[in-house]
Amino acid sequence: MTLVSGWGRFPVVDSDVLRPRSFAAVGEAVSSGTVARGNGRAYGDAAIGAVRTVAMTGFDRIRWFDPVTGRIRLEAGVLLSDLIDTFGPRGFLPFVVPGTRFVSIGGAIAADVHGKNHHCEGGFGRYVDSLLLRTGQGEVIEASCEQNSDAFFATIGGMGLTGIILEATMRLRRVETGWIRERVISASDLDAAMRALEASNAATYSVAWIDCVARGRDLGRSLIYLGEHAGRDELADGIDAFPVGKRSTLGVPIDLPSMTLNRTSVRAFNELYYRMGARRAGGSHVVSLYPYFFPLDSLKEWNRIYGKRGFLQHQCVIPEAGARAVLGEILDRVARRGEASFLAVLKKLGQGDGILSFPLPGYTLALDFPVKGDILNFLDEIDRLVVAAGGRLYLAKDARQSRATFAAGYPALQRFNAIRKSLDPAGNIRSKLSQRLFDEV
Amino acid sequence: MTSRKTAMVLGGSSDIGRAAARAFAKCGYDIVLAGRDVAALEPDAADLRARYNVEVGLHRFDVLDTASFQSFVGGLPALPDVVVSIIGLLGVQANAESDLAHATAIMRSNYEGPALILGLFAERFLARGSGTLVGVSSVAGDRGRASNYVYGSAKAGFSAFLSGLRARASRGGVHVVTVKPGFVRTKMTEGMRLIGPLTVEAPVVGDAILNAVENKTDVVYVSGKWRLVMLIIKALPEAVFKKLKF
Repeated sequence: MTLVSGWGRFPVVDSDVLRPRSFAAVGEAVSSGTVARGNGRAYGDAAIGAVRTVAMTGFDRIRWFDPVTGRIRLEAGVLLSDLIDTFGPRGFLPFVVPGTRFVSIGGAIAADVHGKNHHCEGGFGRYVDSLLLRTGQGEVIEASCEQNSDAFFATIGGMGLTGIILEATMRLRRVETGWIRERVISASDLDAAMRALEASNAATYSVAWIDCVARGRDLGRSLIYLGEHAGRDELADGIDAFPVGKRSTLGVPIDLPSMTLNRTSVRAFNELYYRMGARRAGGSHVVSLYPYFFPLDSLKEWNRIYGKRGFLQHQCVIPEAGARAVLGEILDRVARRGEASFLAVLKKLGQGDGILSFPLPGYTLALDFPVKGDILNFLDEIDRLVVAAGGRLYLAKDARQSRATFAAGYPALQRFNAIRKSLDPAGNIRSKLSQRLFDEV
Repeated sequence: MTSRKTAMVLGGSSDIGRAAARAFAKCGYDIVLAGRDVAALEPDAADLRARYNVEVGLHRFDVLDTASFQSFVGGLPALPDVVVSIIGLLGVQANAESDLAHATAIMRSNYEGPALILGLFAERFLARGSGTLVGVSSVAGDRGRASNYVYGSAKAGFSAFLSGLRARASRGGVHVVTVKPGFVRTKMTEGMRLIGPLTVEAPVVGDAILNAVENKTDVVYVSGKWRLVMLIIKALPEAVFKKLKF
């Protein structure tokens, strides 16, 4: 047994980790209580097998690439960072990238990850044409919209619970450059932030950073980052069409004491960050895709800044109609609690594509909290607000929601479980997350 | 006629082999992968073509079948510009202590085979007056340790061979690189307890090999820390060293 945890380093649990080297060996590795793991960037317990975890990052080969159509077939362990570094200079990027590029393709499909363009272009799964799945009962099937479509739509966003994703065929976006034309809007409160996001529906990329320490009149004050792919003619002379994504050298070498991020330090940081951002607001400028999409990737092992006990990310989505009131209430509680969330991101989402996909039309808010004190109770209270508004939590980030919260948020669960059962009658594929949230006990 | 350079990777299906092939292909080299099981190399060849739009050739090569080496080298359609030998067999020290066949396999896979094949290529390269040979040896060859001296002694032999070959070949326009990776997270080291700060990922070794070839480096410790560690280990008096269990 090995101690395994997700990116949030909470919980830390036992699971046998296997690293098969062939698809045949993947099949042999599956037994009761198995789930696949990519690069371990799910925050909680999604990529930890109930008994056994199958590490897939060794499967990192491209099968083929068609430069005319931008279609690519690859093994599930290929990292998005690899895809970007390899095909970016050739003029192709993934349509959807989450906040870190260090996720595997299999993981991105399983979580149906979203990016800053979900409001207009959908999630990762929308650009997956087909996938090769090793089901819990041992079949290897190709699944797409036309073929094994139930398995296909259950696998997109299915948190690895339909089987082990071996390969996928997906479409890449043709780009002229690896640069983004960024425009920053400052919003003095939550209303202004939501209005700005609403008004930016036509922007390809949009996301708001919220200062969660600000209270009262300033509650929800934000910087909104809009982005468009920059054309070659927008680059100054002598600038390479594709920027270099440096290997991060700056890291967090140790677990910082959990008091490092306290109310005062975060307040000071946020104040400075907001003021500097607000000063840049209005105009537009060209930035490399790396800092635009992956601001935290430059800080290796940033998860250690929350200390040894780990941290929780609470990411909910609230349907549009009730969003303003609930988001205001959540932000107010967070601000009053004073335990500052270092990162808070607000973003508009559209419809999800997979049966268990997280996104629904509305607003998503992501907050980070160190694991300490009464945080679990505090988040349970927040969950009540989310559920009452018809919202739900993102499974890729979750480590602690209750069965009731989950069931209320994901009404398609029954359909999902029926498909899962047909692919895996014996129930071999189970993760710590599925055990916690919905496997029959 | 293409003006592109070609790099051949012996042991192309290993993790370091895959990483080295990618590093060279990314840099614009055409690639030749050689290994025991050509069919198993096909997906790697497809990967290199898809990623970097380079030519990739496959050849069967068995490091223990030294009788085939002459015809292997003679049968190549073209002499590569760079030959990298990643081949090695860690084996199990405890078994090698009493199982002569296993000990022989370790010695032949880490020394005899790699040295003979690079030696053959060296003759061809010297006749041509150009080329680079890369031997992936090991820090384990710097001093025989209780826990892996069968492997270590074979690597020591290989390191010594490369050192001598380098001295001779350098006068003929041929460069020889010795690579000592230290701990690398690969299938060879899977299950071993590796010391985190001294351990690197295979792509780092791949890049280091390419850089050594491009910069004509002689001996590369992939992580600079290993140079220091081995300097200390080599400096320990035998009376002290023999009491250590590692």
